[in-house]
Amino acid sequence: MSAELFLIPFLTGLACAIVLPVLGCYLRLRDEWLAALAYSHVAAAGALLALLAGVPPVLGGLSMAALAGAGRRLFALRLSGGASDALLLVGGWAIAVLLAANAPMAERLGHALFDGQLYFAGSQELWPVAIGGVVALLALRALSSRLLLARVYPDLFRLRGLPAWPIQVGFDLMAALSLALATMSLGVMGAFALVFIPPWLAFRRAADWRAGLGWALAIGVLAYVVAFALALGLDQPFGPVLALLLVLAGLLVA
Amino acid sequence: MSSLLRTEQLVVGWQQPATQPLDLTIAAGEIVGLTGPNGVGKSTLLAAMSGRARVFSGRIEQRPGLRLALLRQDVPPVVGMPLSGRELLALTGASPEGLPAWLADRLDIRLDKLSGGQRHYLTLWAILQAPADLVLLDEPTNNLDVAGVAHLTEHLRDRAAAGAGILVVSHDTAFVDAVCDRVIGLRGNDVG
Repeated sequence: MSAELFLIPFLTGLACAIVLPVLGCYLRLRDEWLAALAYSHVAAAGALLALLAGVPPVLGGLSMAALAGAGRRLFALRLSGGASDALLLVGGWAIAVLLAANAPMAERLGHALFDGQLYFAGSQELWPVAIGGVVALLALRALSSRLLLARVYPDLFRLRGLPAWPIQVGFDLMAALSLALATMSLGVMGAFALVFIPPWLAFRRAADWRAGLGWALAIGVLAYVVAFALALGLDQPFGPVLALLLVLAGLLVA
Repeated sequence: MSSLLRTEQLVVGWQQPATQPLDLTIAAGEIVGLTGPNGVGKSTLLAAMSGRARVFSGRIEQRPGLRLALLRQDVPPVVGMPLSGRELLALTGASPEGLPAWLADRLDIRLDKLSGGQRHYLTLWAILQAPADLVLLDEPTNNLDVAGVAHLTEHLRDRAAAGAGILVVSHDTAFVDAVCDRVIGLRGNDVG
């Protein structure tokens, strides 16, 4: 009975633990890891706004994150040095906390979004995360060589007359939607820990790009499985346990 | 010889004009050198030919369908990134065949674990060997030792013999003299 009860939350988190570390490798490649945290906060604010408007929170979170992802490139043109991501992050956090503090019905969801209460995930969370995860992995596979080329040989697109913006905007949008879906289940910091720490460790140790993706995936999934069991056994919120475990792993390995 | 690229009274720059008018033709199979003191606009000319810098007057004519390759002086940093030399070459479509022995057996090592010279040569090779009709090189001998310069000289000749046009910007007079068919000296107030 209890195994069945926790199967859907486990599978929901597992899908996130597979997608986020791989996505994090590409965000790190582009020096855009702060954007992940910004998308999570914006998604949290969007979910709370939607709740108050009587719309399903997941739709609000996805819509706000999609808006942030699609508009990030324009925003970044005016605000250099990562300021656009920092402003999105701080703005999203402020709106989310104010909504949670002033609207009783938003308070519970606000706690869940920031604490990361994976154990309450149901099939309405699992299917979007699973389908979104498959789409994100396929998109990353298709975009991989162009994202790498944009880093090591950025002139190539101009020289070949190929527009770079569809790749940039497509990647931003995909990252924002993936982070929004993960935030709904793992919480803001749980999702960020999975998108940041496994790639950070993998980049230090891996011999090449392919191995880096493999290392990040393995670290993310292993940490997730251990955190799931620990949080369940100790009756603790999942997000902080996962984050703490990854921080300790990071400190030990680095 | 067929012309790959031709400039006519070309003046380029970023915010304002930074070069004197330049007439230049590069043909297939030809290696042309651009030399001159710092600040004369050599790199800006390459940037304009590759579509980055602004053309203020004159014009650039390219053969229709021309495929360009460009090596900049400021190669993108790869520190902290797990990318091997073999993966870099695969990305640009460059063949490892013909690499010097001191690099060929280091292809599976991460780029940030190679020496500055090895990394520079591999980046250069990835661009030089990628499919292109005209190759623009900005200070290609930076960080290279004598063996690297010798190998590059020989390879550029082979590349030109295979039909590519090559435009080299360099302060390395000996290299330019050794590899170029023609050298154009840029000066502050006129082009010689």
